[in-house]
Amino acid sequence: MYTTKKECVAMLLAGGQGSRLYALTHDMAKPAVPYGGKYRIIDFPLSNCINSGIDTVGVLTQYQPLALHDYIGNGQPWDLDKQYGGAHCLPPYQTALGAEWYKGTANAIYQNMAFIDRYDPDYVVMLSGDHIYKMDYNKMLQFHKEKKAVATIAVQDVPLEEASRFGIMITDDDSNIIDFEEKPKNPRSTYASMGIYIFTWKKLRQYLIDNENNPDEDKDFGKAIIPNMLKAKEKMVAYMFEGYWKDVGTLDSLWEANMDLLNPNIPIDLYDPEWKMYSRNPIMPPQYIGPDAVVENSMITDGCVINGTIDFSVIFEGVTIEAGATVTDSIIMPGSVIKSGAIVEYAIVGENCVVNSGVQIGARPETVENRDDWGIAVVGHNITISENAKVLPKQIISENM
Amino acid sequence: MSSNRKVLGLIFSNMHDNTIPDITKERTMGSVLFGGRYRLIDFPLSSMVNSGVDEVGVITKSNYQSLLDHLGSGREWDLARKIGGLHLLPPFSHVQSGMYRGRLEALYGVWDFIKTSDADYVIMSDCDVVANIDYSKIVEYHVETGADITAVYAKDVVTTEQAQHATVFSINDEGRIVDVLINPVISGACNISLNMFILSKEFLKNIVLESASRSLYSFEQAILQARTHEYKIMAYRYDGYFSKITSMETFYKANMSLLNTDNRSKLFPETSPIYTKVRDNPPAKFAIGASVKNSLIGDGCIIEGTVENSVLFRGVKVGKGAVVKNSILMQDTNIGSKCDINYVITDKNVKISDMRLLTGSQNYPLFLGKGAVI
Repeated sequence: MYTTKKECVAMLLAGGQGSRLYALTHDMAKPAVPYGGKYRIIDFPLSNCINSGIDTVGVLTQYQPLALHDYIGNGQPWDLDKQYGGAHCLPPYQTALGAEWYKGTANAIYQNMAFIDRYDPDYVVMLSGDHIYKMDYNKMLQFHKEKKAVATIAVQDVPLEEASRFGIMITDDDSNIIDFEEKPKNPRSTYASMGIYIFTWKKLRQYLIDNENNPDEDKDFGKAIIPNMLKAKEKMVAYMFEGYWKDVGTLDSLWEANMDLLNPNIPIDLYDPEWKMYSRNPIMPPQYIGPDAVVENSMITDGCVINGTIDFSVIFEGVTIEAGATVTDSIIMPGSVIKSGAIVEYAIVGENCVVNSGVQIGARPETVENRDDWGIAVVGHNITISENAKVLPKQIISENM
Repeated sequence: MSSNRKVLGLIFSNMHDNTIPDITKERTMGSVLFGGRYRLIDFPLSSMVNSGVDEVGVITKSNYQSLLDHLGSGREWDLARKIGGLHLLPPFSHVQSGMYRGRLEALYGVWDFIKTSDADYVIMSDCDVVANIDYSKIVEYHVETGADITAVYAKDVVTTEQAQHATVFSINDEGRIVDVLINPVISGACNISLNMFILSKEFLKNIVLESASRSLYSFEQAILQARTHEYKIMAYRYDGYFSKITSMETFYKANMSLLNTDNRSKLFPETSPIYTKVRDNPPAKFAIGASVKNSLIGDGCIIEGTVENSVLFRGVKVGKGAVVKNSILMQDTNIGSKCDINYVITDKNVKISDMRLLTGSQNYPLFLGKGAVI
């Protein structure tokens, strides 16, 4: 049925720099960072939206948006090219009153209230572009409606020792949120916020306006909107999500989240036809695995030419790994070339790099005496590593060497 | 197209269906699966698009469900256009067009479509040849030589069996075709027609309308052969990579030829990609204990066994301890554990239970039809 009203609209906060990904986000926003062999991080929330029946998504961009805008295009790869609705990139813009950047998450939504109002939604789901997970937002929306909540926050039960890394929700027996603590030293609960919110739009709209008009407040959901709602005793509930969910905001967690795909015991299944992950597919011939190749425990995609040894690794499209090269426990991003005799271990190599022969990137943790000196080695995008160079564990390379 | 010449592409999707009847039982020649992720029509269609052709008609006849499904709106080839774009041309689309007997009748049946195009030239191609061709050069050649028709050919050494599914040209020193043999009983080095022709739309109109009035339907016989000396028919030699499918054996060899790196780099140069339907498969997964050598692997494959000298299409599964050699496994084929598969071609969705042993031979690979369960 044709209608101009949408029950629920998604707003995806994709403007963050992702500064803890260092060299990988020098010239692209975090949500555009490659993940899982043929995806980018933003494919996960976008695919979740369309799979959950949400066909209108505003993508708020600000930091280095070129790669991201280019990638999203008209939203077609996610079936989000719609006559009415669909994916829209929403960068900051000029108005008659002047121009300003997004001053925070709440301000970003405030500045795009007109976009949301066009669809006259009852609910708005707020997402971020830095998590890997498969989630049916519609189930969460049903929960939000059943509870007659003003705000529903998705949470995961995390181990107590990790709880102080997260925003923690303190709830009563009926899932009502009674308090909220950002990265508490002594957590009173183990329910960590996943950064996924559903709001009743009419209510949120008013809170955004009040927040904007109060010069003393941060323009941020975590620092102002959520505490203000709590203070006003609005009905706020926690929605427990039990599936796989991983923040990929740091180099280590990005590496781990890729490795999780190779672990059959970790419940992130990209091969499930019931919940397909969509992406902008590369236009390349199938991968060729050559006569000298030894490949195990790995994911490899179209356009690759593999003649070397690969173990426990995720290889993106168009990568060449020559005979005599070894790649283990590593991630090689699109278009990179690993020449004969190079060794890549526990490393992330960015897009379109050339790793010449004799190069050693990273090392196994057991080869390092002091474990504090060990970490993932990282080579940024478009970098050439000249012959016989050595990239140490934990080192981050952002220029040719 | 580099110049302002506007060119219309016409692809005949059903010609040569009879060369591989097992595979075309449920599809057109154009929708035959090839090379790990493609359909045969992807090659002429991508070549046209990469040569600057932005209007293409696909003439079809029967069994075209899979073809329609594959092409959709033409978006993957950048042919979902307001101006030009992809047009599917089935028979019986208007009063004059019935089931056609040959190329000329097919063209007559879709003449209304061709008529409305504002193209000056027409490229016609079948789907039996796998190649990545820059047609813009051939159109230039056609214009420079002042030819009525330009036919694309390649020099090749053929067996009698291959020649029987080919048109062979004799060419004089000026590059003009002086003799045409259709399905001859010969072998050895020949000028093999690649079944691609370039003509001006005006000239095409004359021969199509005239042939209709005389009930002539075969372009090869009634035009190329009967009018060899009357029309200026120039031959353009293509010397890049190509495979011409004339039988199950050549189909098998053509797929296997892609295991050669040199052939792959000629067929898939970065500057002119071959487009195909997107399936959103995840990357291929190689499990512990997998061993893969000299093979093409499509996305979405899950390999737990051994694969050598084979072409695996998207979504194929090879179970633990299974050994697949010298085989072509089409989309979503599922090989059970501890199977032994050698010289086998499986069509889509074939399921082979655990511990099965299936062997064909190099000149006669064992073919398992769509959806077969063994």
